[in-house]
Amino acid sequence: MSRGGSYAADHRVRAIEWLPWVAAIAAFFLLPDYLPLGARVLTYILFALSLDLILGYAGIITLGHSAFFGLGAYVAGILSARFGVADPMVQLAASALAGALLGISTGAVILRTQGLTQLMLTLAVGALCLEIANRATSITGGADGLSGVTVAPILGQFRFDLFGKTAYLWCLAVLFAGWFLARRLIYSPFGVALTGTRENSARMHAIGAPVYWRQVIVYTFSAAMAGVAGALLTQTSQFVGLNVLGFEPSGELLVMLILGGVGRIYGAFVGPLVFLVAQDFLSKQFPEYWYFGIGLLLVIVVLFAHGGLLGIGDALLARRRR
Amino acid sequence: MEALLSSAASVAFHGAAYGMVLYVISVGLSVTMGLMGFANLAHGVFAMAGGYVLTTALSRFGVPFPLALLLAFGVVGAASIVLERFLYSRLYTAGELPQVLFTIGLVFMAVAAARLVFGSLQQPVPLPDYLTGQVSVLGRDFPAYRVFVIAFSAGIIAALWFGVERTLWGAMVRATVDNRAMAQSIGIDTRRLFMLTFALGSGLAGLGGALGADIIAIEPTYPFEHLAYFLIVVSVGGLGSLRGPFVAALLIGVGDTACKYWLPQFGAFFVYAATIALLLWRPAGLFGRRA
Repeated sequence: MSRGGSYAADHRVRAIEWLPWVAAIAAFFLLPDYLPLGARVLTYILFALSLDLILGYAGIITLGHSAFFGLGAYVAGILSARFGVADPMVQLAASALAGALLGISTGAVILRTQGLTQLMLTLAVGALCLEIANRATSITGGADGLSGVTVAPILGQFRFDLFGKTAYLWCLAVLFAGWFLARRLIYSPFGVALTGTRENSARMHAIGAPVYWRQVIVYTFSAAMAGVAGALLTQTSQFVGLNVLGFEPSGELLVMLILGGVGRIYGAFVGPLVFLVAQDFLSKQFPEYWYFGIGLLLVIVVLFAHGGLLGIGDALLARRRR
Repeated sequence: MEALLSSAASVAFHGAAYGMVLYVISVGLSVTMGLMGFANLAHGVFAMAGGYVLTTALSRFGVPFPLALLLAFGVVGAASIVLERFLYSRLYTAGELPQVLFTIGLVFMAVAAARLVFGSLQQPVPLPDYLTGQVSVLGRDFPAYRVFVIAFSAGIIAALWFGVERTLWGAMVRATVDNRAMAQSIGIDTRRLFMLTFALGSGLAGLGGALGADIIAIEPTYPFEHLAYFLIVVSVGGLGSLRGPFVAALLIGVGDTACKYWLPQFGAFFVYAATIALLLWRPAGLFGRRA
């Protein structure tokens, strides 16, 4: 299965790649009422980007990516609510570390397996995390969620305000850093080798490439990134609920990424934006139809539009040029 | 000691009933995954549909219980043929990711549709009088419904095993699981075989969902909540095998019941932990053929 645009030798940032950032900053000034939603979108873009690295580039199918997101969210929340560690930088670092540790320990065993077994193991790890968060009520708050999360001003300077201005810019800055790292990784020889593994794992083995270790490394990196995204969610909403863990959030994230376009950096940008904005407008009025709609959308994308929204855009552009 | 023995017997009995239902639901998944290599995460949808067919037939139309079970099997099996012909068959050669995504999409749609039509509450199961009492077995009293579930499932399983091991259709299925290209080249119509087997597997899932409606509650989130268990049964048991998932289903049924009875504070923790450990030890499952 070929997906576009990942073999590019030229790694310089093209002009159009600044567009999302310009748009994000413009949104900050033009849509002050939607900043909390904006922060949520930015958080999920980071989360989707982390999934894109392992699913889109390395070709690892996972049903449990929310384990890392949820872990990050809970680590940041527990540090703040139970141990009084309120510094946002420290929380992010701790969440990244926790995500990476869970990523390397589960990745090292999960990636030895294939097919259904691998799928099942990712699902079981996710379910296990949900079960722990649900049962360890004295630490996580269980089904009631973890409240009382406080976040200190960033660098001691920028306080998280009621209107979500600081939160939005904070998420934007963290996403920018994540994008920069992910982009470097994708355009590096390492990234090209990952794509090779996705396209033909047997051939990569045959030319002597260390397939397994590359997958473990990218899985760990992705887990750390998902952990950071989880911490951002905790910091901006100042609450952690059980809904960050389990199969449903993993499934929803898959929907977002597929909708945008899997295996392309900006698919992870477009998908969450469209999904969360649509959800914000539609799901309050028609919650059931919304759910039905995203299912239908997924089926249609799989059957008729493999590249997602960006893939459709590519196809239209190609037709115009011809 | 007497108390422990009595609770152990009760756990074993309830666990066996649960395990039997899990097996009847999941065996179709094992066969379709082994036969077609299709990662069908929407299998729980068929089980839920069977449950809704049964409860609707019982409470709205007053259909007798045995007929309602048959109806669940027939309706779900027939509906699955339509799905297989128009949607599933397009993705047989598409690879794992599109199959996973497509079936997740189906699950989302089914959950929403169930909530729209039936509301988000658990469906009541009006059991007939002859299934509500107690039955005395070996000097102990057991709920009649669960005795019926175990006996009925055992009958189905015997029929299924006979069908797969002793009939021509079963031989064709086994041949195709082993080597699809070879089966095709000796003239087995694998397309038709896929369709029939898929319908049978889905029908069995519907039957299992209906049969176990009083054990695994019928509610809209059913396909999400129990998906992990159906997949565990198949992956721990081994793809394409009949006996493996049976052992796995009984282990999970009894293990899960025991954990919930003696260690309720841990919930399903041990089931998942044991699954992970087991799959690391034997990635192809207990009875899997491909290591």
